[in-house]
Amino acid sequence: MQLCDLSAFELTKKLRVGEVSAVEILDSSLERIQAVDGRPGTLEPGEITTEDEKTVHAFITLTEERARQQAEAVDQKLAAGEDPGPLAGVPFTVKDVYCVEGTPSTAASKILANFTAPYTATPVARMEAAGAIMLGKVNLDEFAYGSSNESSAFQPATRNPWNLDRVPGGSSGGSVASVAAGEAPLSIGTDTAGSIRQPAAFCGTVGLKPTYGRVSRYGLIAFGSSLDCPGPIARNVTDAAMMLNVISGADKHDNTAATLPPEDFLEKIEAGVKGMRIGLSPDYFQFSIPDPQTGEYHLQPLPEEIADRVRQTAEVLASLGAVIVEDVPMPNTRYGIPAYFVISRVEAASNLHRFDGVKYGYRTPEKLNDLNKMYRASRGEGFGPQPKLRILMGMYVSAAQYSEQYYQRALKVRAMIRRDFEAAFDKQGKYKLDALLTPTTPSTAFPIGDVYGDSVLMQYADQLTVPANHAGIPGVSIPAGFDANGLPIGVQLLGPDYSEANLLRIGHAYETATADDAWRQVKPQVLH
Amino acid sequence: MTEKINIKTFEHLVDLAALALSGEEAVYLRSELNNLLDAVEELAAIPLDKDLELTARGVPYTEATSPALRNDEWAPNDHPEKIVDQAPQTNSGFIVVPDIPHINLD
Repeated sequence: MQLCDLSAFELTKKLRVGEVSAVEILDSSLERIQAVDGRPGTLEPGEITTEDEKTVHAFITLTEERARQQAEAVDQKLAAGEDPGPLAGVPFTVKDVYCVEGTPSTAASKILANFTAPYTATPVARMEAAGAIMLGKVNLDEFAYGSSNESSAFQPATRNPWNLDRVPGGSSGGSVASVAAGEAPLSIGTDTAGSIRQPAAFCGTVGLKPTYGRVSRYGLIAFGSSLDCPGPIARNVTDAAMMLNVISGADKHDNTAATLPPEDFLEKIEAGVKGMRIGLSPDYFQFSIPDPQTGEYHLQPLPEEIADRVRQTAEVLASLGAVIVEDVPMPNTRYGIPAYFVISRVEAASNLHRFDGVKYGYRTPEKLNDLNKMYRASRGEGFGPQPKLRILMGMYVSAAQYSEQYYQRALKVRAMIRRDFEAAFDKQGKYKLDALLTPTTPSTAFPIGDVYGDSVLMQYADQLTVPANHAGIPGVSIPAGFDANGLPIGVQLLGPDYSEANLLRIGHAYETATADDAWRQVKPQVLH
Repeated sequence: MTEKINIKTFEHLVDLAALALSGEEAVYLRSELNNLLDAVEELAAIPLDKDLELTARGVPYTEATSPALRNDEWAPNDHPEKIVDQAPQTNSGFIVVPDIPHINLD
């Protein structure tokens, strides 16, 4: 095992007792990137070669010099006896949808390929202030619009470290792949419908979507502003908690960031689950999927392997003293995707109007003598198919004559989804749950090319994660084993507003109880 | 299923969205758009609870969790050139664009 394979928790301990230096940790990460990442994503990749198919391609931009300066600064602070911060020396990657001053901040789109951010997003700034070392910016679906990373304008797209013929999931695919492949113990992603939890499940990492407002969105290139949540990706629950400690909290630059007193998510992480009420809902053991021929929707049961892992997780938690509450009704779960199709597109369309070839980003090289023509050409050339589709869909469903039928109706369905959770978590209600335990995804990682191009089918990868985004509640995906193809399976814990500490505590209890299980010793394909 | 977005409606939308599309792109996007609208048809059949209010968020904003509204005060930016320099075309601190469509009033 190399330094880069250690957890953030272990690295900070070793660093503080002088066993390793921040520069040594950085070098270990850089060596791993060199060994497994292959060439970074670019706008003009040429042919994707068989060599490309053997590497992960998490990165768009590696910021090695910046990282080295930060690591040296941490080592100097330690030598001078100063506190270098709670995440000192821990390398992390940043989904390239965050602005980081002086770095290209592309959203994996041609329209922002030449954009160098003039300021740093709050969560990234907090990571750096805590002594963490930013390695660079990692790939994603263009503007975070996808569940596979294939829609990135920067190719080769990220591949799944557990099986390089499979997608890593998305949209935080580069983030999750970089963590799974041991390039960094931590990454910061974003979750609008499942974009942290779904790839975390596909790549066998922990992925936490905090409560909406728990982490500031300042400096995040917006997708769906009422749904977007920045959050941690890590190899274990403790590391995710350490990172949430650093990035959460009020921010004068984001009025939707909650003004709650600071909370230590590590404090009770080892308190166990005795007496906690954890629910299972039949509505999360089925999923609907459109028939490719007729377009009709069929509710079908989850693959047995995935359902089994959830039940086994419940059994482990029960053996630790949790009360498992079965048959919790979550009847509106299945409407999460249709409602999301409307709400997210309206918000995305609104957020994409700012890209116009005037203030920053791409402008058509064509010499046009009319501002409107310049807008159209710049946007037509700069946006890929997904942003274009989202603009068109968002504008249609929010148009005055259709708004009642689509947008307003979707907002009401959103409220109904929230009510399902409120009823399940109500302390005076029938179920009194501390958390709901569900599968994270209706499938494991699918083969590259299998779903891409079908915008409807792709979205259904998020159907078990999107209800939490509608409701605003926190959710965490944790690894819970593998399917028969050796692909990771994730289980999800959902809780009431601001209950991250409880979710992490449950996750940690499960992780500790299964620490010696054979499946936990398996390493990703790329590390063989 | 009937197509909700015919070519005429599609072209109108594309115009409003300020997008120049190639022919091939237009065919793909219109077909995907119609598929998406079919996928949201399900919404129309959902029985809505009567007392639902229109809310555009999940977590409620409360006094305990929301900051007070800021005063509307201006403050100079320390490095305006960093912002202006991002523009594709500038001249002496101004952003340059092609002619803005206008009508000359007599």
